[in-house]
Amino acid sequence: MSTVFSRRKLITTGLATAAGASGMAVAARLADRYGLIPPDHGGLLGFGQTLTYASQRPLMSNHSSLAREFDRSEISKICPVNGPPPESETYQRLLAGQFADWRLTIDGLVARPSSFSLAELKRFPSRSHITHQACEEGWSFIAESTGVPLSYVLNLVGVLPQAKYIVFFPFSEKGFPLGKKWGSLDMLDAYHPQTLLAYGMNGEDLPTPHGAPVRVRVPRQLGFKSLKYLSRITVTDTVKNIGKGLGSSSPEHGFSWYGGI
Amino acid sequence: MATAESAHLPRLATPISDSLDSPRHSGVVRLTHWINTVSFFGLLVSGFAILLAHPRFYWGETGALGTPSILDLPLPFMRGGPSGWGRNLHFLSAWVCVLNGALYVVSGILTQHFRKDLVPAKVDLAWGSLWRVVSNHLRLKRPSVETSLAYNLLQRVTYLAVIFVLFPVIIWTGFAMAPAIVSVFPVFVTVLGGQQTARTLHFFASDLLVLFVLVHVAMVCLAGFTNRVGAMITGQITARKNRT
Repeated sequence: MSTVFSRRKLITTGLATAAGASGMAVAARLADRYGLIPPDHGGLLGFGQTLTYASQRPLMSNHSSLAREFDRSEISKICPVNGPPPESETYQRLLAGQFADWRLTIDGLVARPSSFSLAELKRFPSRSHITHQACEEGWSFIAESTGVPLSYVLNLVGVLPQAKYIVFFPFSEKGFPLGKKWGSLDMLDAYHPQTLLAYGMNGEDLPTPHGAPVRVRVPRQLGFKSLKYLSRITVTDTVKNIGKGLGSSSPEHGFSWYGGI
Repeated sequence: MATAESAHLPRLATPISDSLDSPRHSGVVRLTHWINTVSFFGLLVSGFAILLAHPRFYWGETGALGTPSILDLPLPFMRGGPSGWGRNLHFLSAWVCVLNGALYVVSGILTQHFRKDLVPAKVDLAWGSLWRVVSNHLRLKRPSVETSLAYNLLQRVTYLAVIFVLFPVIIWTGFAMAPAIVSVFPVFVTVLGGQQTARTLHFFASDLLVLFVLVHVAMVCLAGFTNRVGAMITGQITARKNRT
């Protein structure tokens, strides 16, 4: 029987492994510089997340990649939701007052920290799109979203150049089984023309179960990235110090931060 | 020549020793086969975990509880749990499966593995030989060592269908469910007629792949488990137990 592991084979394998390892290290450094590493990149499963995120970002880096938009006749009659609205006293009080006293705070790495009322957001230039909204669970519906492009508001408050993430804090959903929710978008999705701070749905004010008064709508990602019941937005260069540092509450419960797949 | 060969007594018993010396399966085929085995198992387990979040299937663009379905599986709706790690494991396994599959297909084309070993010969497509292969299978007749060195017609057609139909369909329908991919290449979903159709076809294609694996493993057992699995690990056909 011939020796399966000859010396030459061992040397070749060793060199290939070394080259592969250093190649991986260089690739990781480059990927980090170009923002291709998601906050939840740790572990073996995180490696898969990183491959997906790093390969999809360059594909979607120009804003001409748009989620498909549908005809008004294709809007679904049934648009289900997951989980009840927030039970916090603050939220219930604002809801009772039809959100007249609600304000969306924007702070962090911005030139002009601000807060906007619902009426102010509605006075900004609006955009509507009829898009497919799919839950990671598998079900989906088509609905029209109306709101102000997030990019418009971000330009208004003057995002500083070192910013990397736009972090969203909703009113806490006490009834939600997975605890306190929060989320974030990278700058590519935050500035995408279809990314809205949505206050309307199917021609009406955003219904309470769908995130009244304002939710973010990110149609190039799965539904869980379109956070509801917004209360505060923070612009930051790192998410390491928020929650468990994984970019959103989803990875804290075994899900992924990125929802493009 | 014949006398020179007959001088080597141990070799006399195996007149087909020349073909036994060259590996039954090439190194790339063996390596990619086992990587594919692991990644397929990962995809299967995680796919089932994802399915448990919503074991219900629809046709067209949309579908949810309260809308008509085309298939309701008798499984519980397990929300907010297994689909989390399920999705992460599914996409990690999918990366391994796709990259490994690409290596297999490229090498299969370059080494002419597909043309030489899998594309059926014209003579095999005649009704007579077709019937012989089918009836041998139905009677569970063990192949002789000679015939087991090449794939028969049923194997060739099945392997080609799995490699060039089922795997492409499952990758295509997977892409059709990814909102980011579809925003760049809408054709993935538009040719299918909807995202829920893609999800349903993804499920049926995976069912067919599972069926293939079950039959594949059953056939390996019938044909001699140790021998066949050994050939896929070492590349060599070992002598049958009853021959030693």
